[in-house]
This record gives sequence, C-alpha cells and structure tokens, in this order.
Amino acid sequence: MLLGKLTLDAIPYKEPIIVAALSGAGLMGLVVLALITKFGKWGYLWKEWLTSVDHKKIGVMYIVVAMIMLLRGFADALMMRAQLAMATDGHLGVFPPEHYDQIFTAHGVIMIIFMAMPFMTGLMNIVVPLQIGARDVAFPFLNSLSFWLLVSAVILVNLSLGVGNFARTGWVAYPPLSELGFSPDVGVDYYTWALQISGIGTTLTAINFLVTIIKMRAPGMKLMQMPIFTWTCTWANVLIVASFPILTGALAMLSLDRYLDFHFFTAEAGGNAMMYLNLFWAWGHPEVYILVLPAFGIFSEVISTFSGKRLFGHTSMIIASGVISVLGFMVWLHHFFTMGSGADVNAFFGIATMVISVPTGVKLFNWLFTMYQGRIRFTPPVLWTMGFMVTFSIGGMTGVLMAVPGADFVLHNSLFLIAHFHNTIIGGAVFGYLAGFSYWFPKAFGFKLNEKLGKAAFWFWQSGFMFAFIPLYILGFLGMTRRLNHTDNPAWDPWLYIACVGAVLIACGIGCQLLQIVVSIRDRKKLADVTGDPWNGHTLEWSTSSPPPFYNFAVVPHVHDIDAFTDMKEKGEAYKVPQKYAPIHMPSNTATGVYIGGFTTLLGFALIWHIWWLAIVGLVGIIGAMLARAYDNNLDYYVQPDEVEAIERAHFENMGIDVDNYSERDADKPRRGSRPTTTA
Amino acid sequence: MRNSRPTRLLWGLSPVVTALLTGCQGGILDPKGQVAADEKSLIITATVLMLLVVIPVIVMTFLFAWKYRASNKDAIYTPKWSHSNKIEAVVWIIPIIIVSCLAVVTWNTTHKLDPYRPLDSDKKPINVQVVAMNWKWLFIYPDLNIATVNQLAFPKNVPVNFRITSDAAMNSFFIPQLGGQIYAMAGMETKLHLIANEAGTYKGMSSNYSGAGFSGMKFNAIATETPEQFDAWVQKVRAAGKSLNADAYLALAKPSENNPVAFYTMPEPRLFDAVLHKYMAGRQSLAATDDELKLAALTKRLCETPAVKEQ
Repeated sequence: MLLGKLTLDAIPYKEPIIVAALSGAGLMGLVVLALITKFGKWGYLWKEWLTSVDHKKIGVMYIVVAMIMLLRGFADALMMRAQLAMATDGHLGVFPPEHYDQIFTAHGVIMIIFMAMPFMTGLMNIVVPLQIGARDVAFPFLNSLSFWLLVSAVILVNLSLGVGNFARTGWVAYPPLSELGFSPDVGVDYYTWALQISGIGTTLTAINFLVTIIKMRAPGMKLMQMPIFTWTCTWANVLIVASFPILTGALAMLSLDRYLDFHFFTAEAGGNAMMYLNLFWAWGHPEVYILVLPAFGIFSEVISTFSGKRLFGHTSMIIASGVISVLGFMVWLHHFFTMGSGADVNAFFGIATMVISVPTGVKLFNWLFTMYQGRIRFTPPVLWTMGFMVTFSIGGMTGVLMAVPGADFVLHNSLFLIAHFHNTIIGGAVFGYLAGFSYWFPKAFGFKLNEKLGKAAFWFWQSGFMFAFIPLYILGFLGMTRRLNHTDNPAWDPWLYIACVGAVLIACGIGCQLLQIVVSIRDRKKLADVTGDPWNGHTLEWSTSSPPPFYNFAVVPHVHDIDAFTDMKEKGEAYKVPQKYAPIHMPSNTATGVYIGGFTTLLGFALIWHIWWLAIVGLVGIIGAMLARAYDNNLDYYVQPDEVEAIERAHFENMGIDVDNYSERDADKPRRGSRPTTTA
Repeated sequence: MRNSRPTRLLWGLSPVVTALLTGCQGGILDPKGQVAADEKSLIITATVLMLLVVIPVIVMTFLFAWKYRASNKDAIYTPKWSHSNKIEAVVWIIPIIIVSCLAVVTWNTTHKLDPYRPLDSDKKPINVQVVAMNWKWLFIYPDLNIATVNQLAFPKNVPVNFRITSDAAMNSFFIPQLGGQIYAMAGMETKLHLIANEAGTYKGMSSNYSGAGFSGMKFNAIATETPEQFDAWVQKVRAAGKSLNADAYLALAKPSENNPVAFYTMPEPRLFDAVLHKYMAGRQSLAATDDELKLAALTKRLCETPAVKEQ
C-alpha cells in the first residue's frame, strides 16, 4: 500500500547484463560526484550552472544531457546489432524478447526525445538569442524550468533500467499492445510519463523562443533579415506549438485507458486503436521536421560561412522551410497506408508527401549555389554538411519511394524503412547538430575544437553510417521486417554482420568526438578564439566575445543587412569601442526550476508505481514551488556600467585594441588573434 | 528478373544496386505473382525518376566542392552573389516536374494496386479468412470448411481473396514475394487480394511487432502447380484435422510461440465473424435472423474466456 505496485521484484538484481550496466553507470556517476567534491565545485556548479537562467549555460546543459543520452541510446543500438548478428539460423542470441523488446523501444525513445530534441534545443538556446542580438530569451526562468522538466523525464527513463522495466511496445507504443491487457506492467507508464513531462518542457521552450524571436530582435532586424538558423528554428517552434499538444492528448487518453478503465484505444468496448495511430503520427511526422529544420539552418550557416559567401536564395530558403512545415502537417497518414484506407485517401497522402521533396530539393540546390563561386574551407562543419548533402539526397529519395503507396505496401515496416529514417535522421538531423556543435563550440567556450579528431570523427561516422544502413536497405528488399528478435534466413546473415561492423565504426566516431573534447580542453590555450570571430562569420553571434559575456552584447547592435556582422565589418564598425555604457537589465538566477523538476520526478515516479501519497507530495511540491516563485521579488537586477566597462575593456585588450588611446580608425579589425585567410 | 529493362538501367548506376540484385532471392525484388511484380516495377520506375535529380545533386556537390576549394585561387569568387531569378526558377521547376510525373504514377498505381481491389481473372477466387493470434496465424477456408495454423496453400494463377482480422494486438499480414501487406486489427476487417503466378513455397510473416512471440509469427504460403495438388492438400488437412469448435478455438487463442503447423476442420462457419464481433460484445445485439442469432451466440461464447483480458 505504501509503495503502490513497487516491490523488491521490480529490481532486476538477477539479470547479470543489467546489473553490470547499472554498476558501470553508478560507478561513473560516483567518480563524477567524487571529483566535484574533491575540487570543491559544488557551490560553483549550483550557482553558475544548475540555477542559471542564462540561455547559453542552459544550452550547454541541454547538449551535455543530449551527449550522455547519445551514449545510452547508442549502447542500445550496439546491443541490437550484436543480437541480430548472433541470433541467426536457430541461435537465439543473448537477449530474450522480454529484454530485447525493451532495448529497441528505449533506443527509439531515447534517440528521438532525449538525444536529438535536447541537442537541437541546446543549439537553439545558445545561438538564437545571440543571432538576433538579444540579451536572453523572453522568459529566462521558463527556459530553466523547461530544461529541468527534461532532466526529470531523463531521470525517469533511466530509472526504468533499474526499477521495474521499460515499455516493450516499440517507440510508437501502438495500442492495443500498449493497453493494460497486453502490457500490464509499468513499462508503458514509464514511457507515457517521461514523454508527457519532456513534452511539456518542449512546448514551453517553443513558446518561449517564438516570443523571443518575435519581440526581442535587435533594432533594424526585419523578419526577412533574420539569420537562416533563427528562421528554421522559428518554423520548428511553430511546429512544436502546433503538434506537441496532440501527443500530450494522445498519451493522456492512453493513460486514462490504463489508469481509469477508459476505452479510447482498446480493441473492445468501442475503443479504436487506429485513432491513436492517427494522433500519434499527427505529432510524429511534424516531429521529424522539428528535428531536421534547425539542422537545415545549421547547414545553411556553415556552408555560407565557410564558402565565404552570402547564402544563395535566403528568401527562397525561408519560404521552402515554411512550405515544408505546413506540408509536414498534412502527410501523417503515410505512416500507415497499410491500415486499409481507400485508394483515394492513400494516393492523396502519398502525393502530398512527395510534394515536400520540392522545397527540400530547392534547399539542396541553394546550398549548391552557395558553394558555387565560393572559397570553400574544408573544416569539420563543412565535412558534415557535404556528408549530409550526399547522404540526405539518398534518404530523401528512399522516403519519396515509400510515399508511393504501391511501393510502401512491400517496404512498410521492413528494414528498408529503418534504413530510410536513420538515413534522414542521422544523415540529416544528427550530422547537422554535429556540424553546429563544432561550428559554435568556440563561441560557447572560447576555444576551437581539435580539427584532426573532428575530421576523423566525421569519416568514422560517415563510413559507419554506410556500413550500418546500406545493408538494411538490402535486407528490406530481401523481406526482413523490423523488431525481429532472431532470424532464420541464411541470405540475410552477411548483411546483418556488415551492419554490425558499421555500428562499431560509428562507435569509433563517437570515441573520436569524446577524445576531441578532451584534447581540445587540454590545448585550449593554443586553440583560443581571441576575437570572438574564429570563422569570419556573417551573423551577430560572432560580433561579441567568445564566450560571450553573460549579457551577450554591451551595446545592442543595429542591424541593416541579413549578414549583419559582415555588414559591420565592411563598414569598419565591427570592433568599435563604445563611448559609454548604459546599465543592463538582467534576470536573476533561481533554483525554482530545479525544485519543480525534482518534484515532477517524484510525481512521475509515484504515478508510474501507483504510490498515491507520493504523487500528492510531488504535486503539492510543484504548486508550492510555483507559489514561492510568484512571491519572489528578486527577479532581476541591473549590471552597472563600470562592471560592463571592465569586462569589455578586458575583451578589447585581449584583441590588442587600446581602449584608452582609441580612434575610430581602429574599429575595422582586431590587432591580435587568428583570423581566417579568406574574407567575405 | 534480369531481363527487365529498367533493371538494366539501374545496373550501372550504383554498386549498392548491384549487390542488391545478385542476392535478392526470396525478397520483394524476386516476385512470384502479378501484384508483387507490379509493385517491383513501380519501385524501379519511381527510383529511376528520382535519380534524375538525385544523381546531379550528388555530382554537383563533389564538383563544386572541388572546383571552389579555398586553395584554388584561379576559380571565380563572387562573395556577394546570392540571387538569380533564372536559377531559382530552374531549381523550383525541375523538382515540380519530376514530382508531377511521380504524382500521376502514384495516383494510377495506388488505384491499380489497391489491396481491396479484386484481381482480374477468369478463375474463381479462393476465399481465405485470416486471424492474427498471439503469436500465430489462423487461416480459415470458409468454402472448404477447413482451417490451418501457420500454413497457407492455393493453386498458382488463382486469385486469393483474404479477409483479415486479429484476435490480439495489431499485426500485419505479409507474403513479400506475392505482394503488399495489410494490417490485421482486432474488431476490424481488412481485405487483401493476391495471386501466385509460379508454383513454390513462399515465406509469410507478421510485419508489425505484436509482442514477445512476434519473431516466430511465420508461415509458409504454398502455391501448388495444379488445382489437383491443391485438392490433395485440402484432403490432407481434412483427414488430419481436428474440429475447430468454440472450445478448440479458445484453447488455440491462448498465447503461444513458434507454433507448429496444425490442421482443422470447421464445424462452425461463423467463427471469423464471431471473432470480429467479440470486440463489439456488450452492445445490444441487433440480431434478427436465425443466422445472426447463431452468430451472436457464438460471439458470446468466445467472450466468456477472452484471449485478451482487460484488467
């Protein structure tokens, strides 16, 4: 009664693999905690990071979470590939379905909701306010709360590893399989509550950034002059605001079925599981554009910067992204042509889907014509971009192929489908985030990443991708379906082995990236970005120091051009020392987000295990924290001009500009610090 | 298969396709029936159409990257050039033309390959009722009063009309070499029309994950050379078959994995409809005729110990 459904049996202490994984993770966690204690960094961590409302720090924390979850989700991927390489021709492999089915469900949920989404949100957090010349987001506390809701959901998902189990339904959790009749244990409840909590965080973030982008642009920046990354994030946020409530509703109905004996999606008593499929994909399809549109924006920024050129067809790109967003909402049915809708319905949704390839094709051509007559520097971000252009063309093609209902009837649910969506999500979204990571890393931390290891990481990822997923296309043609636990077709075996090798290559790529971070931190003096503009950038984020001061801009810039910073550099105003500084209005840090996140975790855990008293504690805690925040008067403060001046003086002196003997002629360039050879 | 023209077109295009075609026995590129053959040629047509854009994009990526590399100071450099109405027009219009062609192909083939459309044939089709269960396939031949588990047979060149439902989670009924799949859903009926034009034994499966025993939800679909061989198979089933009455069905409905092939005779012609109806039990019966009353009674019987118990 006191612990609801929770008993000692929920702890899988008899499963050696889980025990090993848990003790490994626990050990690493302890080492981290011990190191923080040893260096006495708890106060620093709490004051400067965990309670921070600074969009840049929140962005960094998002990306840290994304990378940890990348490791978790990738471990799942390795286990799946290993299982399928072993469990052939009568062998059953290592994982029984009871365990394996949790692995593939967790892999999908983690990679999409807890790796890709936070990575995207993190980059958006760091970059968008800087790109539009804002000092923070519109609602800084809300931003912190969104992050802590994500952390709460991440904790729940990972708890399922050690307490109880995760869903065994596939990441889509289709009823009636996800209903109580087939999934009576807590797995699906972990799934629904983790998604609900992170979904609320995501929706709040989207509202926050839409308001920021609409209301807080630097003076002079017209909507059509916004940098392309900000534009693609805008479209993604519009999609989030429009689609996440559908997911919230669908999962709420599924929970009502499971908790209160409703019959929305049950097979019996008038429920209709197909309604869930429609609702799920009405969110799920826009979701893939939410992931990929910001990545498109990153590729645009990267290719324009490193080609030393303006982006070709800026307006065309904005319109294309908008068309993709609108159409992305009208094609959800292509996820289930095989449900038995009539030919007219299937044909309509098929054709609507392939229409999306028109604006996407336009984007590809615009990137090509940005490279055309440029001076391309092959840095790691450019390699990711070119890898994307080739890989994504293939992924797009296989996607359009599956949009043809007649072809989909034989390709649906096959490994061809798996290859297709990894082709677009890895080759599109993830390559984009990794390009953005190495492109904006110097902005966030003040030093560049080691280029050699960056290139090595790219080549491992790219070749690993080919080895891992081309065989899956072939296996799809050979008639292998997804989510199989073991196979008995000798013709499939060689391809399964090759795919496993591909996964190992990607693991090497991830290893290179971790090593890259370590090596770059070691060499941070050598790799330092003194000017704040290491790549000869075009947009406002490069006009401030790296890392930017907490207020971003000492003086809010005036914008006259799409490439606002290029414009400033050309007019010789880029490094102008201001005559005087004004006080800057900034939000105060607050721990409320951390507390609400903590109580939400309790609430989620209690709901999953039917521990009702704890649920009440969680709920009361959340409301209490909100009330306390409402009566908190320490919301903001003013940074005084002398403090701003001291910070700015240090930055100018770093660049070799003498602030005291300053003349207007000096504003055109910094005197010290590495600058790229090609100028735009 | 290697004689078809579009395949040859593809042959030189990519080593991936080559690898694919050499090892495609048993898959969807090795069709053994009209539907599957049409679907295969549709895949090839659509792919070739799209390669018309995709290949130039990939080639241009490498070409531009090489020509305009930073170290090539001879190449023209136009840092401010960012707009051209001509290029914009071309990059919008070319994809639009290709997608328009593909849209026409899609509209036509979607209607032609609609799984619900009966196939054109002068032969009398064979009717099969399919029930997806945890975790096996039940095939009922209503006109022949037999049923089988995990084995399906029909003569070649005779259309087979499937009515499909599920008495468990959602599954998808799929015989890759004979044509497309369709979902099997509890309380709902879907239809599929397939034909085999070559004799042989083809792998069938569920292609929609439905729980722990899903990987074992396989069956063989046997296309016999002659109608006589099919008749012999029917006789074999009838001779070996136990009676699939309501009790036997309820026993079969209990979750089980990797079921061996089993043969049944069918004393109860309304079983499939009763399985469909049991998910609507609880509603007031509108049964009016004698036949409907019998169906209602059987439905009620199946509901007494349902395979899926809501907690």
